[in-house]
Amino acid sequence: MSLNSEYVGKVFGPGAPYEVSRVKIAEFADAIGEPSELCRDTEAAKEAGYPDVIAPPTFAIVISMASTEVAQQDPGLGLDFSMVVHGEQSFTHSRPLHAGDVVVATTTIESIKVLGDMSMLVMATDMLTVDGEHVCTAKSMLVERGK
Amino acid sequence: MTAKYDDVEVGTTIPPRTYTARRVDLVKYAGASGDFNPIHWNDRFAREVGLPGVIAHGMYTMAQAGNYVSAWAGDPGAVLEFGVRFSAMVPVPDDANPPLDGTTGGASIEVSGVVKEKLGDRKVAVDVVVAAGGAKVLKRARAVVRLS
Repeated sequence: MSLNSEYVGKVFGPGAPYEVSRVKIAEFADAIGEPSELCRDTEAAKEAGYPDVIAPPTFAIVISMASTEVAQQDPGLGLDFSMVVHGEQSFTHSRPLHAGDVVVATTTIESIKVLGDMSMLVMATDMLTVDGEHVCTAKSMLVERGK
Repeated sequence: MTAKYDDVEVGTTIPPRTYTARRVDLVKYAGASGDFNPIHWNDRFAREVGLPGVIAHGMYTMAQAGNYVSAWAGDPGAVLEFGVRFSAMVPVPDDANPPLDGTTGGASIEVSGVVKEKLGDRKVAVDVVVAAGGAKVLKRARAVVRLS
């Protein structure tokens, strides 16, 4: 089954607000092996000019993935997740995420391409604070392999 | 030594570094990221879907490249834009006798980088090369970094 191209342009969200916490940033930094004190020490982060500890650049995937999953699980899209591999990923930050940010994510299906028995799905997830400030846009390209 | 905008030129290379992906790293990454796809922790499942065994999360590998650029800039918040194409998987073997101190084992991820462009506002574009097991695992990996 190939992807439903009528879903191009469809918007999912905004989802429930996500609160970025010091503990989650430290946990994520530990998991990826990012040693910076700016991810753990509030005073060090403030000295560097940030309001609080900052998240590593790929932390935004934690928030964007929860949003893209809503799109991926829409039965009308026709995505077989067991056949999906991650093709491309990008993050464009207006500024780093920091502890205390409360952000909402909205995912737009940007394109669907079918090449033989493979389909390519591009989703863009905008993450804005609850006050409407843009923090990050994540783009994911997923490849659904043919069976 | 962290990079300074005024000291950096197009063609400036960043010293290569090697990062490690062990099974325990993938388990930790699964927990921290929320990506519990069993191909990243269950050999039996991975083989059933045609993989050689457990492979690293693409995002774990991308995060290592992010650590590399962050260390060079001296600030993880300096990495404003970062994009990659996942071009090969990183198999992570199950070590027969993993050392308890976790110092070795798993797969090695080799990262190098070069400044491709000096942009305005103290920003530079860096191309990052990421290889594991002799294959390029990330392609078109580019970061836009704001230096001090």
